[in-house]
Amino acid sequence: MINIKNLHKSFGTNHVLNGIDLDFTRHGITAILGPNGSGKTTLIKSILGMVIPDSGSIRFMGESIKNKYAYRNHIGYLPQIARFPENLKPTELFQLLGNLKNTRPNLDNLIDRFNLGQHLNTRLGKLSGGTRQKINLLQAFGFDSPVIILDEPTAGLDPVSVIELKKLMREEEARGKIILLTTHIISFVEDMAEEMVFLLDGHIHFRGDKEALLNKYKQTNLEPAIADILRANAAPAQAIS
Amino acid sequence: MYKIFRFYFSDLIRSRWTILYTLFYLLLTTGLLLLSPNISKVIISLMNVILFLVPLVASMLGILYYYNTRDFIELLLAQPLNRQNIFLGQYFSISASLGISLLAGIGIPFLFYGILSSPEIFNYLTLLVTGLFLNFIFAAIAFLLALKNENKIRAFGSTIILWLFFAVIYDGIILLLLSFFRDYPLEKFTLGASLLNPIDLSRIMILLQLDIAALMGFTGAVFSKFFGSGFGIAISLSSLALWILIPLWRINRISLKKDF
Repeated sequence: MINIKNLHKSFGTNHVLNGIDLDFTRHGITAILGPNGSGKTTLIKSILGMVIPDSGSIRFMGESIKNKYAYRNHIGYLPQIARFPENLKPTELFQLLGNLKNTRPNLDNLIDRFNLGQHLNTRLGKLSGGTRQKINLLQAFGFDSPVIILDEPTAGLDPVSVIELKKLMREEEARGKIILLTTHIISFVEDMAEEMVFLLDGHIHFRGDKEALLNKYKQTNLEPAIADILRANAAPAQAIS
Repeated sequence: MYKIFRFYFSDLIRSRWTILYTLFYLLLTTGLLLLSPNISKVIISLMNVILFLVPLVASMLGILYYYNTRDFIELLLAQPLNRQNIFLGQYFSISASLGISLLAGIGIPFLFYGILSSPEIFNYLTLLVTGLFLNFIFAAIAFLLALKNENKIRAFGSTIILWLFFAVIYDGIILLLLSFFRDYPLEKFTLGASLLNPIDLSRIMILLQLDIAALMGFTGAVFSKFFGSGFGIAISLSSLALWILIPLWRINRISLKKDF
């Protein structure tokens, strides 16, 4: 579905992506991990066309995404920060996104699951951060897109909603979706992701499933294994995000 | 673009700022009309406020709105639509909502006053049209500066300096030049200089329409001859239109290449 070849991107003298080759073809949940500044967000934004690569190619369903936008109809995106125009209501937001995608969102089930019924006609500016994040989840999952990209999906969510989100991700995975995930909560990655892509200095340092990573670093948990990767590469003591 | 325009517009039209801005013009215009029986004087007072305030408010709210919706733009960029539609839709929605504030705030009291049957109708329309032009021009400049600068403070600073330059400093420089080179014929230079400043150009157009150019002496006669002629009006309006089109063209170019 998504094929990335020799992707390079620099911001000034800062080489963020240095020849990334990746493909996401099988359904399932893949976590993109790495320390701050390793290029995770730039990689995701390149797939979405928000960042324009210096060189290399990205193909979506076999076609190059360069100067294209229609392919985004097949992607549900959850941005890291859930901020929306303040004077509008969630219903108006979903209406706009439905108009842009030329699809009617299927939200009833999601509204019940995240208990959002009473908030649908409240101004977005008046909603709490956690509720806005649930609205954000609704727009990412509500359009039945074959690819779903989640940037810090648990930010601001209460434990009940996190459990609901995990269930939802599992269901979508079972329905054949490709889900890409970045998060700094390693326990969430451990629970959810079958596959991990670990980026370091704009390169893919590791790609494989959890067992392969644990075996490689002779650890039983993901957190110490990731700490080992960072220590082995003399990266500064940064939070994994 | 229309979908984006309509979405942002319905956000902006309900915004506290839009309501306050409309109320301000409503109160000001009503107050002036009640205090002065002379409509020309009311138009001149309003002109002084509009020339000063419209560029400032359009710049400030343009920048503020861009940065307030910066995170939401990322969600829009991930939707199936091209980038120009996002930014032009947003620009037109902010310009239109501010324009409607101005039209409603100044228009409603004058309508009640009976401006439609007054001989001053053309003077009044000149005031409204120049006000709208300034609104669209300064919102476009603000939007361009916001798009060029990731740093909010720098964008704010540049916008205020630009507004100050056009509203205050530009006139000072022209005056200095005029007094320095007073022995030379400067009419054409002054004409050219006023075309390059949208605020000056708007002021001259309103004053000429009100026929106060007679008070400007020889320069006034030159201005009147130029701006009063069909050619002069066409050049002035084209110059104001260019002040909108050039920033929009740049917004379009930058939005295609920018990384978000």
